[in-house]
Amino acid sequence: MKAILTLDNLASGLVTTIWTPVFVAIFLAIIAYAFWPRNKAAFDDAASLPLREE
Amino acid sequence: MVSGSVFFQRESAMPQPSISKTMTTGESGLAFIFAVTAFLCLIASAKALDAPFAFHAALSAAASLAAVFFIVNRYYDRPAALPPQEINGRPNYNLGPIKFSAFMAMFWGIAGFTVGLIIASQLAWPALNFDLPWIQFGRLRPLHTSAVIFAFGGNVLIGTSFYVVQKSCRARLAGDLAPWFVVLGYNYFILIAGTGYLLGVTQSKEYAEPEWYADLWLTIVWVSYLLVFLGTILKRKEPHIFVANWFYLAFIVTIAVLHLGNNPALPVSVFGSKSYIVWGGIQDAMFQWWYGHNAVGFFLTAGFLAIMYYFIPKRAERPVYSYRLSIIHFWALIFLYIWAGPHHLHYTALPDWTQTLGMTFSIMLWMPSWGGMINGLMTLSGAWDKLRTDPVLRMLVVSVAFYGMSTFEGPMMSIKVVNSLSHYTDWTIGHVHSGALGWVGFVSFGALYCLVPWIWNRKGLYSLKLVNWHFWIATLGIVLYISAMWVSGILQGLMWRAYTSLGFLEYSFIETVEAMHPFYIIRAAGGALFLIGALIMAYNLWMTVRVGEQEVQMPVALQPAE
Repeated sequence: MKAILTLDNLASGLVTTIWTPVFVAIFLAIIAYAFWPRNKAAFDDAASLPLREE
Repeated sequence: MVSGSVFFQRESAMPQPSISKTMTTGESGLAFIFAVTAFLCLIASAKALDAPFAFHAALSAAASLAAVFFIVNRYYDRPAALPPQEINGRPNYNLGPIKFSAFMAMFWGIAGFTVGLIIASQLAWPALNFDLPWIQFGRLRPLHTSAVIFAFGGNVLIGTSFYVVQKSCRARLAGDLAPWFVVLGYNYFILIAGTGYLLGVTQSKEYAEPEWYADLWLTIVWVSYLLVFLGTILKRKEPHIFVANWFYLAFIVTIAVLHLGNNPALPVSVFGSKSYIVWGGIQDAMFQWWYGHNAVGFFLTAGFLAIMYYFIPKRAERPVYSYRLSIIHFWALIFLYIWAGPHHLHYTALPDWTQTLGMTFSIMLWMPSWGGMINGLMTLSGAWDKLRTDPVLRMLVVSVAFYGMSTFEGPMMSIKVVNSLSHYTDWTIGHVHSGALGWVGFVSFGALYCLVPWIWNRKGLYSLKLVNWHFWIATLGIVLYISAMWVSGILQGLMWRAYTSLGFLEYSFIETVEAMHPFYIIRAAGGALFLIGALIMAYNLWMTVRVGEQEVQMPVALQPAE
């Protein structure tokens, strides 16, 4: 049985395959965001947010 | 409802500008909708096809009328202007619905633990079901699970989320009637679900037993909850959205999606309680455990991690150990948890690759779970000595240790070869309870011990000594419970798979039941200790509200008594 290449197959094949690299890329971007040196001060500040509310 | 004065504070201390008093759109609209609902429920009750449906419809008619009365009465009692967003430049926090949730959490907690003790005793001594249909194990078991997870845990989550989102956003809760609609509506859902189980109304999906009409009502309540929470975040004064709010939001959004995915059912008649789910066969099973496991992941984990990220720093007076880790923890949890459900269907008709996928993602969950645990525990850096003197903090920290332990055990049990021994045995029950009693129970107790003095404006708890008693009695109860279930479960699993030299099964089923009997008694004893601890807690909290040392009167804006 050979799969017939139609626009439908191609689209659904792409959709079901592409999310893996997309999600991995998003997750890597989140890690980069978390460790970006320039964000350090803001995160250190946020860590003590519960302690300084009124 | 419960005595009003405990929950409602009069917010009329400010001189009121003379504006004419009219009902808000929310008040008049909601009163109208409830009046119509009361009428429709009355008709449904008269035309009901089965007795439980007639009872629920009549109850809903009465509840709708009560809601109309509550809204109108509240309107006549309140000053012309709605409570201000800020008083003297400080947020005017809305604490009434939180007080109600805290009260209901304690109430349902004791109810749920009691039913748990009853069914544990029934398993040890089956005569205790007295041959009455309403208190059979099959009906009481969903009553127990729903009461502890959704009623106790749900009220803790709604109450703490309403507190944390206000405090960390420095903004008053969004909506005027909406927060009350959420807490009262949610507890009404619990009432309908619970009485339904006793009367035999169930759609037989584990942790999703409520029938179609209860599900529809919960959908309305849950969307309102989401809107109140989001509305509060949107009007925040604090630019940064604190990590606890991310966890709460993930919990609220995911539970909405899970609830809708797992419950599309067609009622046999709109005047009857029975419905049929639209999914069939293995798709239904997969939907059920996609729901079931993410109820664990997002209700019992994400929501309570929000509590961890707010209450532990607050109680320990230390910042979150690593805010970076908290971000990665959050997103790793979100990306991974949703795929773990198939491990509930190992060695079933579910395709093999799906089972392996579920197992793989479950094992990967070690990463965020332990990341979160480390972050929670290390928040105590520089404050470890407080564990000696503060039993509330000790409770919170031990809950995180149980979280680490049960989220180590869970992925291990999801491995197919381990699961072939553990599945369908008491090992699963032991695993669930090390998470439920140790993690969810203790983190909830710790949060309530913090929250009650804060929201009732007390300096501290009535008695820390009683917290200490609660901690040790409950811990002993958990140890008895989970060790009994480990032994019982592994014994059961090994007996099931034991063959004689001739290739016959070595044990009949009843022999395995007999072998488990002593452990069932130990388990019931552990449950009894856990219940006794909760009763001590209820007394302590009641005394904190009633006689606990009151702080210097602050007329309007309340702040934590810490």
